[in-house]
Amino acid sequence: MTMALLETAQLDVVIGGCTVCRKLDWRVMPGDRWAILGKNGAGKSTLLSTVAGLRPHASGAVHIAGLSAYATPPRELAKVRGYLPQVQYDPFASAVLETVLVGRHPHLGRWDWESCEDRRIAESALAEVGLTGFAERQVQTLSGGERQRLGLALLFAQKPRLFLLDEPLTHLDLNHQVALMDLLAKRAAQGAGVVAVLHDPSFAARYCQHALLLFGDGDWLAGPVADIVTAENLSRLYGHPLLQVAGCPYPIFIPE
Amino acid sequence: MPSRRRAFLVLTALAILAVASGFVSLAVGSLPVSVPELLAIFSGQDAGLAGEVVRGLRLPRTLGAFACGGLLALAGGLMQVLLRNPLADPYVLGISGGAAVGALSAMLAELALVFINLASFVGSFAAMLLVFGLARGDNSWTRTRLLLTGVIVAAGCGAAVALILSIAPEQKLHGMLFWLMGDAGHIVNPWPALWTLAVGLVAVMPFARELNLLARGEVLAGSLGVVVPRLRRLVYVLASLFTAVAVTTAGNIGFIGLVVPHLLRLAVGNNQRLLLPAAALAGGSLLVLADTLARTAVAPQQLPVGVLTALLGVPVFLFLLGRQPGGR
Repeated sequence: MTMALLETAQLDVVIGGCTVCRKLDWRVMPGDRWAILGKNGAGKSTLLSTVAGLRPHASGAVHIAGLSAYATPPRELAKVRGYLPQVQYDPFASAVLETVLVGRHPHLGRWDWESCEDRRIAESALAEVGLTGFAERQVQTLSGGERQRLGLALLFAQKPRLFLLDEPLTHLDLNHQVALMDLLAKRAAQGAGVVAVLHDPSFAARYCQHALLLFGDGDWLAGPVADIVTAENLSRLYGHPLLQVAGCPYPIFIPE
Repeated sequence: MPSRRRAFLVLTALAILAVASGFVSLAVGSLPVSVPELLAIFSGQDAGLAGEVVRGLRLPRTLGAFACGGLLALAGGLMQVLLRNPLADPYVLGISGGAAVGALSAMLAELALVFINLASFVGSFAAMLLVFGLARGDNSWTRTRLLLTGVIVAAGCGAAVALILSIAPEQKLHGMLFWLMGDAGHIVNPWPALWTLAVGLVAVMPFARELNLLARGEVLAGSLGVVVPRLRRLVYVLASLFTAVAVTTAGNIGFIGLVVPHLLRLAVGNNQRLLLPAAALAGGSLLVLADTLARTAVAPQQLPVGVLTALLGVPVFLFLLGRQPGGR
């Protein structure tokens, strides 16, 4: 049996004294694509950074590729788990290629400098997200969408097996949204696990096989999208009635 | 693109600059000494009055100025990473204020120079512990909280300094003002500062790549394997220590810690593996040259070097700020 890339057992996530997720048992296998859905403030980002091992949790266990998320040295964890933060801002000037090379950090020794091989990895990561030719540009001159894709290139250069993405589609045009989901699907087909916080349930239903719904009061639902992402569940999730449009090749949900 | 070879070239050039500035500082003054004479003095020959002036007066002053400039630039670079603000300087967290309160109190009590230095060091460390303790408060230790606490402690120290100045007898005011503006003239023993610079640089270099990540954000650094709270504590303590030693040695010299790392970042990029040692060398050279100018420009009158660095620093900084919208 293959090992789960992410496994939580009876995990409680608490923020500001409020339990946003109670006794979560969740497992992400290699090749899985998961969407996390919930309304603003439901704790999606908090849950994501908690399972990434970046935030203390109240109780329960988190394992990433068999490693305890809280007892493993962070650098070891960073070799298997990549995390895309929701906002990325750059107080200092930096070239695009230099920024992508940051993703190689966990693979380098304390005194190492980035090698030609690291540079090659960084350049192919840039090519993957469609930023070839941007290597020498300054990050502060990029548009929001370009900056977002740069964040992903950094993640690809890190070469993790588990991708945890907090709103990866922010700032992206429709074509780039689709291209990005295709890229992630490719990674999943190669054996990676992908977990993304998404805002559009139709997008989730189309591009993910599984979904985790966070209701904000500690309740959650996890499973295949066909069972979980339904008009009934979504209406409860967003606190607003939703309808599924009939006769489409993919499930599409619109607010009533 | 970070490369070892480029870093080596830049550092070699800056090292040559440092040695050259040292020679200038030793040679120039009311008693000019030629380079052959300097070499003779260093090879151990007795060169009479010139030898005494160089060995007894100019050498400690030059070495001390170099060490202080290096320490301030290094501390400034570290503070800018810690606070993720390119406009931070070593004094922003109130350390120089604490040192000033300590030193001026000692001067007011007519203590000997060694006690003034001691009081200045104790004052800066008290300010550092105060800011550290208060900023931790709820254990969150955020950047804003740290910055706010530092600014408030600095403001409190500023008030205490003003109080001391207003009650001090007139004949002590001149010395106090010189101390406040920064003055390399009273450096007797440069070695503590030089050793701090050397050991400090060795201590911080193993973390240079992690500092690059920290400059890009705590969440990103954490997700890529940096133990952020530990690194931040280390940076805070080291930067405070460097500042305290520099201020104890030569008073409140402004702008070196702000302008040098900022200028270098524009010139060589924000790679701390290169930036930190480069800042130490360039900051040291700059202060040595500024101090040479300060003691020769209107000789025999000596200017406090802090006034000169500020006079030079302000236009340079405003120029940079105007050229770089957004203050990167």
